Amino acid sequence: MTTTQALGQVVSELQEERNYLNYPKGIWSWLTTVDHKRIGLMYLFSVLFFFFVGGVFALLLRFELIAPGKNIVGPDTYNQLFTLHGAIMVFLFIIPGIPAALGNFVLPIMLGAKDVAFPRLNLLSFYVYIFGASFCLYSLVTGGVDTGWTFYTPYSVETNTNVISMTLGVFILGFSSIFTGMNFIVTIHRLRAPGMTWFNMPLFLWGIYSTSLIQVLATPVLAITLVLLILERVWGIGIFDPAMGGDPVLYQHFFWFYSHPAVYIMILPGMAIISELIATFSHKKIFGYTPIAFSSVAIALVSFIVWGHHMFTSGQSDLASMIFSFLTFLVGIPSGIKIFNWVATMYRGSLTFQAPMLYTHAFLALFTIGGLTGIFLGALSVDIHLHDTYFVVAHFHYVMMGGTTMAFLGGLHYWWPKMFGKMYNETWATVAAALIFIGFNVTFFPQFIMGAQGMPRRYYTYIDQYQSMHALSTYGTWILGVGFIIMAGYLTMSLINGKKAPKNPWLGLTLEWTTASPPPTENFLGNPRQLWGPYDYDKVLMDENGFVTFNPNAPKDDHHSNGSNGQAHKHEGKTATMKQTV
Amino acid sequence: MNPFSMPVEASAHAGDIDALFFFITDVALALFLLITVVSLAFLWLYRRKGKATFTSPISHNNRLEITWTIIPTILVFVVFFWGFRSYLDMQVIETDAMEIKVTGKKWFWAFDYPNGVNSVNELVVPEGKPLKFLISSEDVIHSFYIPAFRTKMDAVPNRYTVVGTRPTKQGTFDIFCAEYCGKSHSEMIGKVRVVSTTEYNKWLEESESGGNISPAEFGAKLYVSKACATCHSVDGSANTGPTWKGIYGTKHKLADGREVLVDENYLRESMLDPNAKVVAGYQPVMPTYQGILKDKQIDALIAYIKSLK
Repeated sequence: MTTTQALGQVVSELQEERNYLNYPKGIWSWLTTVDHKRIGLMYLFSVLFFFFVGGVFALLLRFELIAPGKNIVGPDTYNQLFTLHGAIMVFLFIIPGIPAALGNFVLPIMLGAKDVAFPRLNLLSFYVYIFGASFCLYSLVTGGVDTGWTFYTPYSVETNTNVISMTLGVFILGFSSIFTGMNFIVTIHRLRAPGMTWFNMPLFLWGIYSTSLIQVLATPVLAITLVLLILERVWGIGIFDPAMGGDPVLYQHFFWFYSHPAVYIMILPGMAIISELIATFSHKKIFGYTPIAFSSVAIALVSFIVWGHHMFTSGQSDLASMIFSFLTFLVGIPSGIKIFNWVATMYRGSLTFQAPMLYTHAFLALFTIGGLTGIFLGALSVDIHLHDTYFVVAHFHYVMMGGTTMAFLGGLHYWWPKMFGKMYNETWATVAAALIFIGFNVTFFPQFIMGAQGMPRRYYTYIDQYQSMHALSTYGTWILGVGFIIMAGYLTMSLINGKKAPKNPWLGLTLEWTTASPPPTENFLGNPRQLWGPYDYDKVLMDENGFVTFNPNAPKDDHHSNGSNGQAHKHEGKTATMKQTV
Repeated sequence: MNPFSMPVEASAHAGDIDALFFFITDVALALFLLITVVSLAFLWLYRRKGKATFTSPISHNNRLEITWTIIPTILVFVVFFWGFRSYLDMQVIETDAMEIKVTGKKWFWAFDYPNGVNSVNELVVPEGKPLKFLISSEDVIHSFYIPAFRTKMDAVPNRYTVVGTRPTKQGTFDIFCAEYCGKSHSEMIGKVRVVSTTEYNKWLEESESGGNISPAEFGAKLYVSKACATCHSVDGSANTGPTWKGIYGTKHKLADGREVLVDENYLRESMLDPNAKVVAGYQPVMPTYQGILKDKQIDALIAYIKSLK
């Protein structure tokens, strides 16, 4: 063996072991990193921390509601609990959860890029997030906020709790959200691997792209609204104060002009993940690529003009209510189309049932219920009865937790081996998924019933007739809690002594499965090309180690089908036994 | 509470709203079952047996996709029109409607009747009479919600909102505040009593003067009906406000350090201008009862407080 050969061997061994997690070393290298994967992980642990905090608040407030009257806390503490639960879950967990944590990690790899377009802006967005979050934590530990996460005026102007630091925190968090959105839009436009056209792009990217559009366009409105609220509190400028000619309902218009699109900032990334998961675990070409892609964009656009459906009882004009009701129904149709497409994707697939697929099915069932119950609330006269009752609480938890959070958990399990190079225990993952699914339904289904019976939301105590449903709902949170504790356990164990993950544990075809687990610092050795469509399970088979087999009998592509390009065709037919390392 | 039904229908438009509610329930149930059954069937039929293989190239089916776009579109349009029509029915105020002024305050509901009578947390209305609620708030936003009437409308400061209804069933039903309004939001609960016209007229008369009972007894009634009980106890326990038990003739320490003798004048002032003298340890959150309590009623309340030894 010559010296050069020996040297070459050492270098390649080093490259084999070096990955983004272990090189460069040291805490400083993490805090100053511009690597999207490290930033993604820092986001991930931050949002998981806030998910934990918000979850503890949820357990406490549900425990308080197990029976009427005082059980563990008084009304002031209870009002702070539901406010902080909502604010933390919305602004610190769900909104950044999928795009900033999972998206940051996976989006550039999926594109075949070395990083996002603006890596330093990406790091800045993380620190802005931490800065904003610390304001929220400050208001939490110095007395809390009791306005509800919506900060409705005039109550939010009158209350003596820490509204200013909380809204300032949310204001700052908005910038983090805008930075991430801008970064992703540019990255998707500019950094796709050779061979990846817009309609040959994994659907996850379409979903994140639509989300980013809303983040960039809608978040500034929230920022302005919160600044006005702060000015109103500090200087009494009167814009929301009826005594000075202002209008408290104007605040609601401003707030929902952002916060309804924000609902889609929360759910579109969830849909984006489900599109990946359903194809991979059905091992089947996605059904209706174009409708799924366009419905994301359609939802993003229509989401801007439905905010008034939060205000059917606010005294807004009947004409406005009618238009908003009509537009609300329009936004439901693309969501329905997505569900049908996902179910149809399974047809003649080759289905497996690891944890990400279990969460996909939890998503399908729960999001369907969440979507269908939205029809009740879109119908004007029925909404008058259901507005601000537990029916609404149940509806948005089915969408936000049953939808987005299930997708987040599915995505977390799906990309976990890629993030850490370790597998988790599949048996425990199944147990946890089952408990979470059951616990979720026991918690939130009774809320539909008591909501239809007239139980208003944000009630510290209640009249006796609702007690059985409240108690049932509280028991459900305990099942949920056990499920999440088990999950924390096996995920931690996986980091400590998990089995080494192969390149491609789920036999996926998108680009992140062609690189090592965990990936090297710049994602790929060399420059990746997209040689087949992301869902070409009829043509391409990639095994756990990244070896690829092409289907000699693959039918010729018709021009409608997506996810294939000329490069893959070259191998067809004559490469029946050809294997290729990617 | 029957989990499979809606609350009792006590207003003219409740039936139509419930019909739509159950129509949507049926459609939603059918769609959910369809999606679930097909999903489960696929899960079973196409589960992987053995190694992963190449799968079908099916990527779309125009006929199917058009079908599953058109049918839901038609269904939601039906729901939209139905919901809008029954909403308009609720918005139309009948010409002979009796106007009742509804005022939300932290944390009770005040009702003003056409002939000058008022009541707190107890709304008494004659069966079959069309009603027009003229709703407003004196502080933050509240929402006037009667589940049995399927009626809800926000009470906004400095603005009137209007909602109409016609009670069709005698009985006592809940009134909730449905818009979060602070500490005692969940206790901002009233009752609506739908009664016959004769009973209604009798009630109007009695609520004015208390009929022929002693002032202290009338005061005890007002203590509940004017929602004093929400914040003041009569058994010595602390609440949002000081207890009434044994306070007459004692001295109260005020928030600003002064002391005040609890006498008739102080009690009267505390009802009409509650924040003039706030007892130490309590927040100045009591709304004024100016215009709600008549002199005779104030006298009765003072007599009641005196009787609490």
